[in-house]
Amino acid sequence: MSSVEVPRESLRDWLLSERPRSRRQAAFGRAYAGWRTFARNRLAMLGLGIVLALVLVAIFADQLAPYHPYIGDLRTTRLLPPAAAHWFGTDDQAREILSRIIHGSRITLFVVVLVAVLAAPIGLAVGTVAGYSGGLVDAALMRITDIFLAFPRLILALAFVAALGPGIENAVIAIAITSWPPYARIARAETLTIRQADYIAAVQLIGASPWRIVLRHIMPLCVSSVIVRVTLDMAGIILTAAGLGFLGLGAQPPTPEWGAMIANGRLYVLDQWWVAAAPGAAIFIVSLAFNLLGDGLRDALDPKGAK
Amino acid sequence: MKAGLSIEGLRVVYDDFIAVDDVSMRVEPGESFGIVGESGSGKSTVLRAVCGLAPRTAGTVSLIGAAGLPEPGTKAYRRTLQMVFQDPYGSLHPRQTVDRILAEPLAIHDIGDAEARIERALDEVGLGSGFRFRYPHQLSGGQRQRVAIARALILEPQILLLDEPTSALDASVQAEVLNLLEDMRRRHGLTFVMVSHDLAVVTHMCERLMVMQRGRRVEELSSADLARRHVSDPYTKRLMEASEGFRRGA
Amino acid sequence: MNEASRRSDLLVVDDLRVAFPDRDGGMTEAVRGVSFTLGRERLGIVGESGSGKSQTGRAILGLTAPEGRVTARRLAFDGIDLMTCPPKQRRALRGGRIAMVLQDPKFSLNPVMTIGDQIVETLDAHARVSRREGRERALETLRQVQIDDPQRMFDLYPHEVSGGMGQRAMIAMMLIAQPDLLIADEPTSALDVTVQLQVLAILDRLVAERGMGLIFISHDLRLVSTFCDRILVMYAGRIVEEVSAGRLHEAKHPYTRGLVNCLPRLGEDRHPLPTLDRRPEWAS
Ligand SMILES: Nc1ncnc2c1ncn2[C@@H]1O[C@H](COP(=O)(O)OP(=O)(O)OP(=O)(O)O)[C@@H](O)[C@H]1O
Ligand SMILES: Nc1ncnc2c1ncn2[C@@H]1O[C@H](COP(=O)(O)OP(=O)(O)OP(=O)(O)O)[C@@H](O)[C@H]1O
Ligand SMILES: [Mg+2]
Ligand SMILES: [Mg+2]
Repeated sequence: MSSVEVPRESLRDWLLSERPRSRRQAAFGRAYAGWRTFARNRLAMLGLGIVLALVLVAIFADQLAPYHPYIGDLRTTRLLPPAAAHWFGTDDQAREILSRIIHGSRITLFVVVLVAVLAAPIGLAVGTVAGYSGGLVDAALMRITDIFLAFPRLILALAFVAALGPGIENAVIAIAITSWPPYARIARAETLTIRQADYIAAVQLIGASPWRIVLRHIMPLCVSSVIVRVTLDMAGIILTAAGLGFLGLGAQPPTPEWGAMIANGRLYVLDQWWVAAAPGAAIFIVSLAFNLLGDGLRDALDPKGAK
Repeated sequence: MKAGLSIEGLRVVYDDFIAVDDVSMRVEPGESFGIVGESGSGKSTVLRAVCGLAPRTAGTVSLIGAAGLPEPGTKAYRRTLQMVFQDPYGSLHPRQTVDRILAEPLAIHDIGDAEARIERALDEVGLGSGFRFRYPHQLSGGQRQRVAIARALILEPQILLLDEPTSALDASVQAEVLNLLEDMRRRHGLTFVMVSHDLAVVTHMCERLMVMQRGRRVEELSSADLARRHVSDPYTKRLMEASEGFRRGA
Repeated sequence: MNEASRRSDLLVVDDLRVAFPDRDGGMTEAVRGVSFTLGRERLGIVGESGSGKSQTGRAILGLTAPEGRVTARRLAFDGIDLMTCPPKQRRALRGGRIAMVLQDPKFSLNPVMTIGDQIVETLDAHARVSRREGRERALETLRQVQIDDPQRMFDLYPHEVSGGMGQRAMIAMMLIAQPDLLIADEPTSALDVTVQLQVLAILDRLVAERGMGLIFISHDLRLVSTFCDRILVMYAGRIVEEVSAGRLHEAKHPYTRGLVNCLPRLGEDRHPLPTLDRRPEWAS
């Protein structure tokens, strides 16, 4: 047993060393310390577990789904209640709901990832540049942000989708366009406090260009709060996507998008409650998971809490 | 090539508040010059204006000592003149290792040979290579101030501006940092301009000093005069008395 | 120190310990059994960086970081047991009867709120006042801490004031709270000596006239020895020595003597300055 234990012990010591001997060790060490703070938070670990499960389900949807998500036998399996053969029952088109939810996870993940990839960098860039330059640039960028912020998200998304035509891609673009302003505000607020710090004055003194300062010295400090905010926003994003789906402006039939599934189920909600309940529960669980994850990340990424 | 510093008629205005008004001083190459004065009198602002961190409304700042010294605002000027800040907790980037902090000036000025230079800089300030990959939060106040000094010296400047480099440190660490600074000055033939509100520290480090009050220069005198209490200005006198400690009913 | 002040103990600290989790899942003590009592007097705490001065003050106030663990045989303020009293009462005490001026004004002030608004906010927490009156009171307090132009200071953001002005803003907030016990953590380290003395004179008056108890944490030996009634010297989380003020040069502990010795002195040529040579046995 000791032969297994020894190398594991020393890896941990290597990671936690007070005197790292290389750049890599220092970076890994900090990541590991952050991970330990994160791992102490049970709920955050639960959130992480669910999100990872979502990813796995999306990747292996074809293997996991017991039935075809689009095609059912209309004569025999229409609106069946949950049972051993169909865990979550079937819908009005005789499609098995569990299989549809499993395939729907791909769409949810697609929305989540794309919004994160589009909105977070835009927000971060706008916010840090505005905050660091100040003056006219700041005023102009923040007025634009305010305009976007002034519209309710769903309504703006509706307008975009109406202009671009319904469909999941357009829904994603609409959501991304409407969700960056809060990130810009957060990044700007952080930048305003960071900008005054002596360590920024010190790199200015060395002769660093404004771009270098924003990219290499300010952004890394704003990234963590934006990540946290994005994660916490994921629930809202999923709900907006579902809302668009529900209104028929997001994913189009027969795509098994969770929101569209609820919309479909509302016709039967009194007698065949499972048609709407199952996708509803899926949205709820995934949204909650992202929230828990965000809370954990906030503690783990807080530079002040870093030890 | 040693460089000195000459400031003439410096004036710094924020909105419509005059932070520094008509300050002139001349620091000879290799000299150590002190600035003392009450809080908010513009000491830090003078240093910041010299290195371009505060807006210079009027007046001139120039390097003296030899021909061909760079003009303020140029990249070469930045290499001639560096600054150490007052608060060691605020002057190091919280997410960068000591290594990264010291590599940055070298990268910006395209100086090769970074490995050896960083090692040497750390050695000089008495931090072995064991500190090289630590983050600032893993360092004590005195160690941080040493890193800040190493960062300032890695570009091999001729002039070092010191803004209360030890006021956030306790007495024993202050002694270590002051000794280190003196040692560096001797070794590299540096010119110092040092701000402090501790008269004992300034007279220990500097040959001459300027007293400031409300953005203006009130007096310039030598440390020897101060030690012998040959002061003329009433504010300087008050400063002298105050530095002896608290007196009840005074 | 006078007997009357000793008898009416405002604060009793007995065997205070503060521990933080370390990397190996254990706990490391930052404060290791500190005991003292405080009357309505000026008590100085000196010691090097990391010796646990601030953590002692924070523990008394209940401001220890959440991961830290505070234990004490007794920790009582004016007869109220702080270790067992309900959190709500503790918070009320903290806002009202006990106050602390934190180290690092730049970190403790809200960077996106003007100094004036922050002072008014503190005032609001204590008394219902109109906007106008709040402003008046805030300006008055800024004047008390020797700010030349309070009107201007009122509308400045923390990054627009000098280090010493920020510190005085913190003190102004404390003055508005009018506490019975004040823990001042390095309140004057960024002030020039003349202003420092004026601020100390204010604190001194509060002790003498209002009977406030003052714990003055500092590393400025000269200042502490002239201002306080007695001094606790901390090293590695413990009190290694208590000296009465003015007797600092008679201190026995080698650490205290070393500290006194490494100060530069006006009119003395000491190049290089003597430094402190720390011994492991001091920490035990
Ligand atoms: N960015 C700014 N905007 C407006 N006013 C400023 C700014 N920076 C400094 N000031 C003002 O300039 C004056 C001088 O400030 P400075 O920091 O130079 O004082 P100092 O002499 O270094 O004081 P201390 O000893 O307290 O550090 C102060 O009144 C301050 O409010
Ligand atoms: N949140 C924390 N987690 C772990 N250790 C901590 C924490 N906060 C403080 N410490 C440790 O407690 C010890 C005492 O710290 P403290 O802030 O009381 O020192 P200090 O005497 O006030 O020093 P200084 O003069 O620098 O302010 C230090 O060694 C510090 O590393
Ligand atoms: Mg200053
Ligand atoms: Mg402290």
